[in-house]
Amino acid sequence: MAVDKMTKLTLGPLAYHWSSDRRRDFYARIADEAPLDEVYLGEVICSKRAPFQEADLPAIIERLERAGKTVILSSLAEVMLKRERKATADLAELDTPEIEINNAAGLFDRSSRPHRIGPFMNAYNEATIGWMAGKGATHVTLPTELPGEAMAIAASAARGLGLGVEVQVFGRASLAVSARCYHARAHGRTKDNCLFVCEDDADGMPLCTTDDRPILRVNGIQTQSETYINLLPETGRLIADGLTHLRLMPQSVDMVEVASVFRSVLDGARDPLEAETALREACGEVRFSNGFYHGQAGYRRIANVVPV
Amino acid sequence: MMELVCPAGTPAALRAAVEAGAHSVYCGFSDETNARNFPGLNFSTEELTEAVAGAHKRGAKVLVALNTFPRAGGEKLWHQRLADAEAAGADAVILADVGLLDYAATHHPRLRRHLSVQAAAANPDAINFYAETFDVKRVVLPRVLTVQEIAEINKEIDAETEVFVFGGLCVMAEGRCSLSSYATGKSPNMNGVCSPASHVAYAEEGNELAARLGGFTINRTPKDRPAPYPTLCKGCFTSENQTGHVFEDPVSLDARHLIPALAKAGVTALKIEGRQRSRAYVAEVVRTFRAAVEAVEEGRPMPEGALARLAEGQAGTAGAYAKTWR
Repeated sequence: MAVDKMTKLTLGPLAYHWSSDRRRDFYARIADEAPLDEVYLGEVICSKRAPFQEADLPAIIERLERAGKTVILSSLAEVMLKRERKATADLAELDTPEIEINNAAGLFDRSSRPHRIGPFMNAYNEATIGWMAGKGATHVTLPTELPGEAMAIAASAARGLGLGVEVQVFGRASLAVSARCYHARAHGRTKDNCLFVCEDDADGMPLCTTDDRPILRVNGIQTQSETYINLLPETGRLIADGLTHLRLMPQSVDMVEVASVFRSVLDGARDPLEAETALREACGEVRFSNGFYHGQAGYRRIANVVPV
Repeated sequence: MMELVCPAGTPAALRAAVEAGAHSVYCGFSDETNARNFPGLNFSTEELTEAVAGAHKRGAKVLVALNTFPRAGGEKLWHQRLADAEAAGADAVILADVGLLDYAATHHPRLRRHLSVQAAAANPDAINFYAETFDVKRVVLPRVLTVQEIAEINKEIDAETEVFVFGGLCVMAEGRCSLSSYATGKSPNMNGVCSPASHVAYAEEGNELAARLGGFTINRTPKDRPAPYPTLCKGCFTSENQTGHVFEDPVSLDARHLIPALAKAGVTALKIEGRQRSRAYVAEVVRTFRAAVEAVEEGRPMPEGALARLAEGQAGTAGAYAKTWR
């Protein structure tokens, strides 16, 4: 694959409720060691967790920016309560284009000033992307379940409008969000009285079928895939199709190594097959999937390197 | 009187709903432009034209659901269906995709627009955004709000609200769920399909019947008991050595007794789920609910009546309206 200096590697917002110490240490290492261009921060899943994040957010932002990384602040996916509306409105008030909107409430609050469209916003097609661009979107992250062919058309439309266009290439897929907290429910608690039990599952709470087959992960109100999406073999195709940004989602593995593997492929320093071996080592036992990209069941792993 | 919005998966069900007292009937075309794209269900353009004429004769309205999200490269079909709905005389279209809302507002300005539950607009800001931007007249609210929250929302918006009162209960935010897509490759958002029968298999194993979706075991029931249809959100899973319904116990929504409270909260229309249900089912549910809204209108007590046996053989629940979730 040709050397690619244009494509940006990003780190999506942390979906889990990690302790403050763990989060600080994680982002310190990301800032200093990970070959990433852009980092999304902010609580996207649960408004109850937000106060924990906010305390050390300024220090984390400062550290990342000092290391030359662009920081984007992401908004909540589900907005129902007053505090969630306020959090969304406060974010939309910020005087920076680098905010990512994940709920239509944010579009209302932002009122056509520049912003990014997050993966929860259902940008499935050209008309939607075109309309979003007309309302101030500078960048759009496509839905994870969009097949590669549609992705190429969407990316081309976005590029034609001067938008950045991004897709998740690594990590658990977000499959559903709900008003209800399943983490709390599994522990016999309500959402209001959850005691932040989600902090115990740094990579999500595993669910197995009654045949002991791992299938999903619960993360508060979010349901995630058991598999990690891995589009490393498809990276060349994605870039040829016009994707400008590739998103890695933070998981409980060595994310510096994960970023380095993807970067080495973008740089043409390693071929995807060799890089895949390194990624496998970094991720241990977890299964990889790329079914969504190939228009099949999302959990599937279609084993082939897509020719460029 | 509160408007009763009833499901129709076939022309026969539509006629049955109107005869049973539906003020409005909602339906879709036989393709992936709507969220109940099941084999053997829904309407051709000819059938829709006839159905609309028949409904109008009896003073009922027809609302056409075009509430999936067109994939890039595939928008033409949805555009065609908007034109078909308008030509058939539909009273409104029910939309979720922003690009399609924009297209409809531009190319079919006189066709009334409702916001589908698939748009997941669960707060006044999101609703006002859709209402102001695309002149949406009515919003179908997600099934996650309490009656009190619905009342608060109605104070802050100009659009009418429509809420589900009976039938199957989606536990995830609609329009934001890829669970079916993950297990089967068929997506509610893109294909209008959730947990399709083509990917379901049942197998007798010992004294149990295992129900599988896309090869994943979703439920096991004793052979002599009715087996629930395997969908991921209502499945039985193991976590931390406990096995159970992690997301939701299989219950059906029945909010009949909340109709007076919903009326007070400013709700315009009550929606019954079940376009995949039989004509007889639709007729019975519609009759029962029509009697209920008439009673509420006239200040009479709610008529008692048993719908429990229709509720998927499951217990009825007032769902999120009664706030037991938080």
